[in-house]
Amino acid sequence: MLEINTCGLYCAAGGFHIDPWKPAPRAVITHAHSDHACPGSEAYLCAAASRQLVAARVGEDARIETMEYGETRDLGGVRLSLHPAGHILGSCQARLERNGEVWVVSGDYKVQPDTTCPAFEPLRCHVFVTESTFGLPIYRWPPQAEVFGEIDAWWRANREAGRTSVLLVYPLGKAQRVLAGIDCSAGPVAARASVERFNALYRQAGIALPGTRPPAGVPPGALVLAPPWTIPPAWFRRLGPVSTGMVSGWMRIRGTRRRRSLDRGFVLSDHADWPGLLQAIEATGAERVRVTHGYRYPLVRWLRERGLDAQAFETRYTAEQDETGSEDVEEIS
Amino acid sequence: MKDFAALYSMLDETTKTNAKIEALAGYFQKAAPADAAWAVSFLIGRKPKRLIEVRKLAEWASREAGVPDWMFGECYQAVGDLAETIALLLPPAAGSTTLPLHFWVEERLLPLQQLEEAAQRELMLEAWRGMDDRQRLVWNKLITGAFRVGVSQNLVVRGLSAATGLDAAVLAHRLMGDWQPTPQFWETFIGIERRDEDVSRPYPFCLAHPLDGPVEELGPIAEWQAEWKWDGIRAQLVRRQRRTYLWSRGEELITDRFPEIEAAGSVLADGAVLDGEILPWKHGLPLPFAQMQRRVGRKIITDRILSEVPVVLLAFDLLELDGEDVRERELRWRRARLEEVAAPAAPGILLSPLVEAASWEELAARRTEARRRHVEGLMLKRRESPYRVGRRRGDWWKWKIQPYAVDAVLIYAQPGNGRRASLFTDYTFGVWEGGQLVPFAKAYSGLTDEEIRRVDAFVRANTQARHGPVRAVKPELVFELHFEGIQRSGRHRSGVAVRFPRIARWRTDKKPEDADTVETIKALLPPQ
Repeated sequence: MLEINTCGLYCAAGGFHIDPWKPAPRAVITHAHSDHACPGSEAYLCAAASRQLVAARVGEDARIETMEYGETRDLGGVRLSLHPAGHILGSCQARLERNGEVWVVSGDYKVQPDTTCPAFEPLRCHVFVTESTFGLPIYRWPPQAEVFGEIDAWWRANREAGRTSVLLVYPLGKAQRVLAGIDCSAGPVAARASVERFNALYRQAGIALPGTRPPAGVPPGALVLAPPWTIPPAWFRRLGPVSTGMVSGWMRIRGTRRRRSLDRGFVLSDHADWPGLLQAIEATGAERVRVTHGYRYPLVRWLRERGLDAQAFETRYTAEQDETGSEDVEEIS
Repeated sequence: MKDFAALYSMLDETTKTNAKIEALAGYFQKAAPADAAWAVSFLIGRKPKRLIEVRKLAEWASREAGVPDWMFGECYQAVGDLAETIALLLPPAAGSTTLPLHFWVEERLLPLQQLEEAAQRELMLEAWRGMDDRQRLVWNKLITGAFRVGVSQNLVVRGLSAATGLDAAVLAHRLMGDWQPTPQFWETFIGIERRDEDVSRPYPFCLAHPLDGPVEELGPIAEWQAEWKWDGIRAQLVRRQRRTYLWSRGEELITDRFPEIEAAGSVLADGAVLDGEILPWKHGLPLPFAQMQRRVGRKIITDRILSEVPVVLLAFDLLELDGEDVRERELRWRRARLEEVAAPAAPGILLSPLVEAASWEELAARRTEARRRHVEGLMLKRRESPYRVGRRRGDWWKWKIQPYAVDAVLIYAQPGNGRRASLFTDYTFGVWEGGQLVPFAKAYSGLTDEEIRRVDAFVRANTQARHGPVRAVKPELVFELHFEGIQRSGRHRSGVAVRFPRIARWRTDKKPEDADTVETIKALLPPQ
């Protein structure tokens, strides 16, 4: 049903790619992170809730068709439907059915709850194509309420000490989940432009988020959301005394936090942790599992030792382990 | 254990010095004496002997976590730290321990050594099951002897000072030497009155900063005392109650390794402490430092090694006289007394000579004798200064001779041995001659472990030819090499041979074409 060609994951029968990394005639997009939504394809198909975000990536004038979650469409004899993946707003799993055989491509997903997008929907299938970003048993997420509580406490302590809290978050998905989860009554919240751009799109989509302002001139003690990539030191200096934190699954490892000289690391990810991956795989009932980006080989070996037909799929998605510790890599906007 | 684990997290979670001092002070103000004593001991880097083999710890943790050994290996590679890998892998914690640090150390950690393997395993599993994530990490770090949390001894002392209101220099001194982490130690340690029962206790060492500006800016030369900067082992000789103790700067008691110095110490008057440098010494000159390593490495000192590599203590300062701490006295006074004290000593103690010069120009000229004298350069010490604690700017400067420096390109690599086995760590570097890179020097040391890993990966990915274990690699990486001497050589293709070449740094900012040429290097040769 699916193969890897030069553009990416390809369904020959249906004549479409899923998340191609090069321009393709027809691209089904699981979600709007830049390593999954590449510009230049002739036509795009994505979940309705993802439309504005995908357009922000691939261009407003691109041909983008949408489907509601659960709606089906016939493409060359392949029945395609999209289902919530719980990763970010509008993210989906792609379900493909042909002659009674069902494949599900997970895209990126998490099984933890998230108030800014519908929950991951377990789907029965014969073949499950899963991501493996955090495919090692050391990756186990604490309950998110606990993590939001830690962020609140850190921010309050900084505010009392007259410091500004700079929180590094991935601008699409993570930033909004954090905003919706923490207690924003503690003071003003600012967001760098690259974060605010997606806040605005979330608000347009009807997701309730606390108000945010630009960082210029924020009083000490404010919370500032910034992307995880390098920030000009001059920008930091303008904020006065700061404490830096980062929200990412990679913060589970002390080394990734320490390499970046961050004060605090908060363990919260939009990807499934190890128990989440195993739980999702089991829920599909699939006997064949294809593992894409992340810790492919450990997960494949683990599944094989448990009698599943597991194989690695060589893809070019970049949400893999990243030396800089950022969860996803995005162009600097 | 709860408070200590919380302290560990606080220290680990900030990069700011003041926050660390605050966290330390907060802990020590609240801690019970028995816990505080152990905490100090661990924080300043003392550690119990390795108690359990790493392999066993990994195995027990893997079984407890329900993962096979290969998966433990995968996880370890991702984490890079054994104690942390185990803490992350263990099943979610059910609770946390409220038992104090001293209980875990005295009743659990220290007895481990006496236990059979099965009992060790039981103890470890019970400990893990009773602890939360943070406590497990700290516990594992104590067990593996890898307890490090990014605080220097100086910082710990500042935290202790903030907690107790006592002078940092006094506390630093009380932490020196041989003490046991007991409640009694702690009570004495934070006591107002000094009740010093430890006769062997050395003083904190005064350390020098490298001179970073023009020497003339130090002011009139008459205010400065110059000595040779020796390349040996910094040591303090303590002579009290008719016994001699020799301490290294790492606060290791090394008296037994240097019987000739111990013997010389017995001639000294009681109640004296000398600061100096231990050097292998023959015919009035230091032997190469490699000879010293032959002495240091061995437990049993044979007559043969004693005659082949005799050592001396070159004394350059006096910290205690007639049982009285004289560190606050001016250097000029201490030097004069030192000359009297050291005068009657046996051959194992020599006075480090002063280097006399009437002007900075003259001193600079004398500094050029350094290579001939097998020393690293000069030490400059303010004649009016007291003997300070630790590394402070202003009174003690090291004015080393500049090594020769050359940028060269990595052209061959071969695997090292021992700890570096299976890694490409032995390198040959080339410099340009007529559009070609010719081998110029071999160097093995100077890179960090992380850099070695990166070079190793480069070598594997960029091998152009193999000659036995030697790989010829794509000429791409540029390194700054330092060396001490250079002479003409008919046996080297570059026409020169250099002494003590080592890697000073990886010049990621340079391209191979920016490397030096044989011609520029030959210009460094002494005139014929």
